[in-house]
Amino acid sequence: MAKATREAYGEALKKLAANNPNVVVLDADLSGSTKTSEFKKVSPERFFNVGIAEQNLIGTAAGMSLAGKIPFASSFAMFAAGRAFEIIRNTVAYPFLNVKIAATHAGLTVGEDGASHQAIEDISLMRSIPNMTVINPADCIEAEQAVLKAAEYVGPVYIRLGRMAVEDVYSSSYQFEIGKGVELKNGNDVTIIATGIMVQKALKAAASLNAQGIDARVINIHTIKPIDKEIIIKAAIETRAIVTVEEHSVIGGLGSAVLEVLSDTCPVPVRRIGVMDTFGESGKPEDLMEKYMLTEKNIEDSCKEIMKMK
Amino acid sequence: MKYDDLKLTAQNLRKNILTMIYEAKSGHPGGSLSAVEIVTYLYFKEMNINDPHDEGRDRFVLSKGHGAPVLYSALMEKGFISKELMGTLRQVNSKLQGHPDMKKLPGIEASTGSLGQGLSIANGMALAFKLDKKENRVFALLGDGEIQEGMIWEAAMLANHYHLDNLTAILDHNGLQIDGKNNDVMTVEPIDEKFKAFGWHVIKADGHDFESLEKAFEERKKITEKPALIIAETTKGKGCSFMEDKASWHGKAPNYEEFCMAMEEIGGGLNG
Repeated sequence: MAKATREAYGEALKKLAANNPNVVVLDADLSGSTKTSEFKKVSPERFFNVGIAEQNLIGTAAGMSLAGKIPFASSFAMFAAGRAFEIIRNTVAYPFLNVKIAATHAGLTVGEDGASHQAIEDISLMRSIPNMTVINPADCIEAEQAVLKAAEYVGPVYIRLGRMAVEDVYSSSYQFEIGKGVELKNGNDVTIIATGIMVQKALKAAASLNAQGIDARVINIHTIKPIDKEIIIKAAIETRAIVTVEEHSVIGGLGSAVLEVLSDTCPVPVRRIGVMDTFGESGKPEDLMEKYMLTEKNIEDSCKEIMKMK
Repeated sequence: MKYDDLKLTAQNLRKNILTMIYEAKSGHPGGSLSAVEIVTYLYFKEMNINDPHDEGRDRFVLSKGHGAPVLYSALMEKGFISKELMGTLRQVNSKLQGHPDMKKLPGIEASTGSLGQGLSIANGMALAFKLDKKENRVFALLGDGEIQEGMIWEAAMLANHYHLDNLTAILDHNGLQIDGKNNDVMTVEPIDEKFKAFGWHVIKADGHDFESLEKAFEERKKITEKPALIIAETTKGKGCSFMEDKASWHGKAPNYEEFCMAMEEIGGGLNG
């Protein structure tokens, strides 16, 4: 059943409420949307609403971590990564505090709320900060495990979650590991490196390419920082052509991260699919994905084009 | 006299501050010197802190992080960090960063420097201690220019909402900031009324008088269910006549003549 990754966040928080007494959850008046309300239901004494005040959300979480707690702080990606950027940078990441920022409603698929709420810069912002781990799960199975692993890991983590329901990419036997990319489909003609909710589209594009005689490899980079260099370099060596796919600006996100790895090691032609240095707008998520060229067809076309550049 | 020991410690703090900033040839003497008695009182009278690693210790957050030299000086007098570090302030590879880095030294409870964030950090600590029913208290030192940051008021709201009576903020009210007088740059007054309106208990004190500070901190102990703010009236650059009440000494190091003059005024001769 299709579910939004934020739903998996709520489920994971319920498990943490039961299993980890040090976990506390903070929200900035969006608990019903971010799903931190699930934690509040089972552990109200460890849930703190700070009101509409995202800077204070992060600063308070930082203080709680300094007193031994494992705080999960949530808001929409725009306000968590955007509004509170400098507090995350100076007060959380610089002293390597054990604060988890779980940001929902990332990307264009926020939909009808429009550009003011569509964070397409958050990966770029968060990954530019030293000490930060940045995770962008593909489906609910991965999202739930990512949240649980983030609670175990000691240090700052940014987890990017979506509003829109997505199909499962993984089965329940999947084992998520921070920093370890996953090859979902083998292939030797071209590699599609995708992250977040674009992974399912990458898999569908690869299946369609397969029917046309093109053998595409598909890699899920759920951890954008620290990035799995090995899996990327291996794909570059073996397929000599790469397409990156993300629901994020083409500036500074997964595409940029892949280019940084490859320009240092194994430069091959790369095509980046993402939002092309522009703001989003209101609309149904699927209409926006169409208009901003984030479809399976776009992935397929890019694979064919990049293969010509080999 | 009752406060002789504290006065002597304060004198040492001032000498440490000036020595560090003089040797670094950069730093913030004005706002470090204005906070000397406040920090001395906290570390040598008020706070339960004899070991920077003891879990039961009270916490001090220097929200006005540019006052780092006053904190370093107190930690040196406490014996938490070595006085040999004094000549390294602001130099490459030093543990004494321009603004406090908690990863580099014991006794620094939070990395600060970007203004407006320390009260939120202190709130978080206080919330966690309350949640765990622990006795630890939290103290945050704010600058008066710093409260122009909006985040301070987000934090002020939260401290009241969660009834943080284990939290005390102290405002180093020297009236000056980089560009001049607070109220010429951006009106901050009436600070007491503003915090009262946010649900805080507000106490006024003379920030250079230990008797007055003691009265304020004792009054604070009687207040339950509320965060408290002690507005400590201070003089920027206190103790060096040529620095006193001058915004130009916010972030400037003294030259050799000025340094000698300042050390003589403070008394006790040159350090080391």
